[in-house]
Amino acid sequence: MSELIKVPTAAEFIAQGKTPEVLFWVGCSGSFDDRSKKITKAFVKLLNKAGVEFAVLGAEESCTGDPAKRAGNEFLFQMQAMMNIEVLNGYEIKKIVTACPHCFNTLKNEYPELGGNYEVIHHTSFLKDLIANGKLTISGGKFKGKKITYHDPCYLGRANEIYEAPRELIEKLDAALVEMKRSKRNGLCCGAGGAQMFKEPEPGNKDINIERTDEALDTGADIIAAACPFCNTMMSDGIKAAEKEGNVEVLDIAEMIASAEDL
Amino acid sequence: MEYIPQIIFALLLIAGVGYFTSNIRKMIRNIKLGREVDRSDNKKERWAQMARIALGQSKMVRRPIAGFLHVVVYVGFVIINIEVLEIIIDGLFGTHRIFAPYLGGVYDFLIGTFEILALLVLVTVVVFWIRRNAMNIKRFTMGELKGWPKNDANYILYFEVVLMSLFLIMNATDFILQTRGVEGYAHAGEIFGSFPVSQFVAVFFENMADTTLIVIERAAWWIHIVGILIFLNYLYWSKHLHIMLAFPNVYFAKLTPKGKFTNMEAVTAEVKLMMDPDADPFAAPDPAAMDEDPASLGASDIFDLDQVQLLNAYTCTECGRCTSECPANITGKKLSPRAIMMKTRDRLEEVGSVINKEGEWKDDGKKLLNDHITTEELWACTTCNACVEACPIGIDPLSIIMDMRRYLVLENSAAPTDLNNALTNIENNGAPWPYNQMDRLNWADEL
Repeated sequence: MSELIKVPTAAEFIAQGKTPEVLFWVGCSGSFDDRSKKITKAFVKLLNKAGVEFAVLGAEESCTGDPAKRAGNEFLFQMQAMMNIEVLNGYEIKKIVTACPHCFNTLKNEYPELGGNYEVIHHTSFLKDLIANGKLTISGGKFKGKKITYHDPCYLGRANEIYEAPRELIEKLDAALVEMKRSKRNGLCCGAGGAQMFKEPEPGNKDINIERTDEALDTGADIIAAACPFCNTMMSDGIKAAEKEGNVEVLDIAEMIASAEDL
Repeated sequence: MEYIPQIIFALLLIAGVGYFTSNIRKMIRNIKLGREVDRSDNKKERWAQMARIALGQSKMVRRPIAGFLHVVVYVGFVIINIEVLEIIIDGLFGTHRIFAPYLGGVYDFLIGTFEILALLVLVTVVVFWIRRNAMNIKRFTMGELKGWPKNDANYILYFEVVLMSLFLIMNATDFILQTRGVEGYAHAGEIFGSFPVSQFVAVFFENMADTTLIVIERAAWWIHIVGILIFLNYLYWSKHLHIMLAFPNVYFAKLTPKGKFTNMEAVTAEVKLMMDPDADPFAAPDPAAMDEDPASLGASDIFDLDQVQLLNAYTCTECGRCTSECPANITGKKLSPRAIMMKTRDRLEEVGSVINKEGEWKDDGKKLLNDHITTEELWACTTCNACVEACPIGIDPLSIIMDMRRYLVLENSAAPTDLNNALTNIENNGAPWPYNQMDRLNWADEL
């Protein structure tokens, strides 16, 4: 990396009497998980390249409460939500972008009733808009002709009916998009949602991520494109279990675009 | 003497409709055991949704084979019912094909259409039976469909075969009697109705005497209408209630994004109080709030579910599309969204039968949770919404699963241990993992 990318916090913006154009909500996975941090960094590089004036909350960011809510702990969820809303409203945040569909869904759909009203955008839609506005260009290059299958995250797809933005981005990479048998509104869950990420699965005859990864491998794709850090983890684990690590990669769409641009 | 058949008919009609009405009132009473929920918003959108999904069957045809077959039976059912109206009037007034003189050519067209539909329904029902009993389709053979649910499904198919066959036999014999100009059937040389299907059935009756034909025609007519009344009353005990309830069920279905889960107002009030620095922890509680029974958080029984959820339970047709798309069920977990709906209805009926017997609800020592739905089922859900998306008539099994999880966690503190650890981490560090919140921006140093 030639130049140092600065990641300003909302606090720094306010100290200069400014408000950021958009707040990048990183989420717990993007902040702490080594694999997901790569997605975060890739996305930041893209924001930087497109000249987006963004800020993060940094140490002031806390869990949106999604896993607590889906686990049934409404009390903890609302505590988290109200603390976050206090911070966000304090910084007069109007627009939020996030690379995590769980954070996206919670911020967009479940915060308004608790006093948090923001325009919330998933990073795939955000990137699509940046390209449409000419702020970001992508050349296929690296991915030209590669077979890519896209796994719909439940909280982006069915939950919020965003199916096209991620697919359009993949097509912009000149890649060959191949669909799995179950896709879009019929897409199969990776197994992480509903707080399952943080518990052992109930007894059964197969793990859900194995079922889904097998389906992705059946397409013969070189790359499994993901748009959610948790799906990414689940599918990566599935690839390991299938011993296909050398052959098939699981990549977030932001990572693919950043890498196509040699960022 | 000549009015006796009409009197018998009227009595049967009153008994049939009366018993049905009393059961539907019980059903409504049972649904009202649930919490009230306001779905009076967005009327226009709700009607449009009902027209599209319930009337227009738009989600049924997402599975083209089953969807197409269902549309045939559905259209047949709805349209043939126009004929039932004529049968009822004929029965009450002792007339013969009362609509014919008023509708003329249209009448012939209608009866012809009914006959073709009846034949199509017969064929479709046979295919349905084969799919259900001989093709080993998992959603029709799995555990929860053994016993009554399987028999129920087959009884409905047998009913349809009998009713459609009687309709065609009735028309076939009627056609011959009209052609022969037999008294009571003749209309000055005119033939009422057209018989594109039953004219072929008529071949079997051609050599019979007038008196025999009259007996067969009358028998078919009576058994057909009595059969319809029996079928009407069978509905309440059957998964087949969906032919009525699908409409209100779709109307009241959730309109907001599927990912948006309900906000618990009771919790909001408490959290706000906790976070308010000016709140007086020793203040006397609001006397109005004191009068109310403290509602339990989440759901452990049908009383804690809302009325739309209970309507969902009565509406479920047990088709199993939800379960066949459920990631937990596909991978062998105990959870089946269809079973969640079936068990909710079973429990609701169990509560209802206590009220029928005692005149009011008396605790029977059972609950929906544990006695019907186990925690293992509830904790297997990934909240992926596949079941909600799959349901052709807007049932939301996920909302019941969520309400019951809420009860487990908020009232019983009974989350699985590893999940509890994650929740504790969120509480302490603002992340489900044991990382320090202060380290949230460390990734920026690696850029």
